[in-house]
Amino acid sequence: MQEMIVNRLRELLASGDYAGVIGWSKGETPFDRTPGLFTEKDLDRLCYDSFCGSNLSKYLIANAKDKKVIALLKPCDCYSFNQMCTEHRIQRENVYVIGVGCKGKIDGEKIRNGGIKGITGVSEEGDLLKIETLYGEKEISRKDVLLDKCLSCKGKEHKCADEVIGESEDTSVGNKYELVEKLDAMTPEERFEFWRGELSKCIRCNACRNACPACSCIKCVFDNPKSGVENKAAADDFEENLFHIIRAYHVAGRCTDCGECSRACPQGIPLHLLNRKIIKDINELYGDYQAGEEIGQRHPLTDFTFEDDEPSVVERRGGGK
Amino acid sequence: MSVNKEWTPNIVAFCCNWCSYAGADLAGSGRMNYPANVKIIRIPCSCRLNPMFVLRAFQRGADGVILCGCHPGDCHYSTGNYYARRRMTVLFSLLDFMGIERGRTRVEWVSAAEGAKFAATMNDFVKTVTELGENKKLGDLRCKK
Repeated sequence: MQEMIVNRLRELLASGDYAGVIGWSKGETPFDRTPGLFTEKDLDRLCYDSFCGSNLSKYLIANAKDKKVIALLKPCDCYSFNQMCTEHRIQRENVYVIGVGCKGKIDGEKIRNGGIKGITGVSEEGDLLKIETLYGEKEISRKDVLLDKCLSCKGKEHKCADEVIGESEDTSVGNKYELVEKLDAMTPEERFEFWRGELSKCIRCNACRNACPACSCIKCVFDNPKSGVENKAAADDFEENLFHIIRAYHVAGRCTDCGECSRACPQGIPLHLLNRKIIKDINELYGDYQAGEEIGQRHPLTDFTFEDDEPSVVERRGGGK
Repeated sequence: MSVNKEWTPNIVAFCCNWCSYAGADLAGSGRMNYPANVKIIRIPCSCRLNPMFVLRAFQRGADGVILCGCHPGDCHYSTGNYYARRRMTVLFSLLDFMGIERGRTRVEWVSAAEGAKFAATMNDFVKTVTELGENKKLGDLRCKK
């Protein structure tokens, strides 16, 4: 598929209409893929395989501002792209979207955590992954090492593509709210302990913020040195709490549930649960809504009905004791 | 001067300029009692309340935060309180999800004519928060030394 994509890109770039392509290149480790802007010259470096999990929509904000570019988007990235277009952060006419087929992306961490060490290379054969290590070759099933975000796949359809290359597959399994519901069923003390345990791991690297397509304000409240929460050194005790509540809340209604926050987190904090809780609440209280389904949607928190529930509904609703 | 060692809660009440703030005024001029630990902050409209304000209040030592605004349908800016209603519902639910006690946050609609309701609401809220005790979960301990 990579070959097909590169050939098509060569054709498109030869026309001279586009300044470059937003895509992935090989990174330092066998399963590390680095996003970047490619021109005709360095198209050879472009790579598309099962490790290209990162969402490229965010890079279009800066790169498609005053020039036309081509973007490679997976089905789930299209939601973020639409959402950014809705918010006028990306000019739709500046981007030529090539929908690339996706059959679920692979989590390098999961391979490593599975006890496979000394990895020197990975290749794919259908549903099997062949992993070359210093100690010989190993085989594992792709399904066992999919990214968490792929387990709550939103479907194989590209919602905004100008053309599609390759086949996609819906990789979702089970109920995506399972963990949220499990937490909801705990007592407040248990929930607090859970989150304290998770959020105490936070090193305030801001990766969750920087990876999130929706979290793209030009000026961020957390970059203000006077805020007292600018970085880890300034923060104290449970201060991270404030950061994570605001981070999650700030994208309420705009979050497409792309799962980048958790994927980017070096500490493995399940940050997407906060966003998913908000999504679940919005769906239950204000009707089903999927951010980024199409361009120009009005999101539930910039809308209202006269019959909305009062905030005291939180006390009456199920969940916890 | 004797120092009162007994703990009383710190309550921050965000009141909309057009209804609830005037309601609080009426409660005062009507000589109705409500606890002195309620600190009122005037905001132009209930939908001015940035969720950050709520968290900041907790971080700086508040034990409870209440938002008072015009009744739905009576907003000075027509629709502000409808937006505030949705936002606060989602925020409170998220705080609940993180294990913060539900009683510490509240939204109450108080009109300019409802001085008695304002006093009653505050009395009730202070009672609830007193029962919950000190807010340790969201507090920033640096401010409490």
